[in-house]
Amino acid sequence: MAEGFALTESTYYILLSLVRARHGYGIMQQTEELSNGRVRLAAGTLYGALSGLCEKGWIVQLPIEADSRRKEYKLTEKGMQVLCREVDRLKELAENGEKILKEG
Amino acid sequence: MENRMTVRKWFWVWDFEKEEDWLNEMAMNGWVLDGVGWCTYHFVRCEPGEYSVRLEMHPYDESYLAFMKETGAEYVGRMMMWIYFRKKTAEGPFDLFSDIDSRIGHLNKIGRMLAIIGLANLVIGVTNSINAAHIGWVNLLCATLLMYALGRIHGKKEALERERRLHE
Repeated sequence: MAEGFALTESTYYILLSLVRARHGYGIMQQTEELSNGRVRLAAGTLYGALSGLCEKGWIVQLPIEADSRRKEYKLTEKGMQVLCREVDRLKELAENGEKILKEG
Repeated sequence: MENRMTVRKWFWVWDFEKEEDWLNEMAMNGWVLDGVGWCTYHFVRCEPGEYSVRLEMHPYDESYLAFMKETGAEYVGRMMMWIYFRKKTAEGPFDLFSDIDSRIGHLNKIGRMLAIIGLANLVIGVTNSINAAHIGWVNLLCATLLMYALGRIHGKKEALERERRLHE
């Protein structure tokens, strides 16, 4: 996954969910809610994506609190840049689509 | 009425989806997977359709099992490198993979494992044959079978890659 390329839908929603710190199940719930139930992240897919995103430095795992066994993750500054760039790219796609279809 | 049942059944590695389909059919018929062994499946009675069952090749990883538990999936057991999970259907749909990339990743994992075991058998088989140990042919046969399995897995992967050219 090179930096200049489009994000997958899963990656996009994971990054979007992690603007606030969340644990794995929280990411799944948030993604489903944001997409009105259209995008459901499966557990295996999410787990693999989280370790991949940590390796890239787009997200970090937060220190585990004593009273919780669940790992929480959050977007890094680099991840935020990637996300903002992707939002711009998607805006361009959607605007061009609407423009051309309106001209019909 | 008997509440437990054990079935002996063989699946080739490239038929792991058929294995999963069969386990879900069993659950539809009121028997949910409760344990696994070498070519052995243990079932207990459940309401028909109460559970969905999924399996996956994944190295043993406590934190993955904890993660799965958090999402409502129950760890049933493991055999070789395969992990079996079940989840109540009332708690929502249950899938392990939700995009093409992670499905390809899973097939890559299976392929790597087959290649390693296949290569080991090839080396042992050749060494034994050179040393005129007659048992060498067993390893060569295993290596051939494993390479065939690798080809089948690779075929599945290529089908997914063709699909990915058009959409995620």
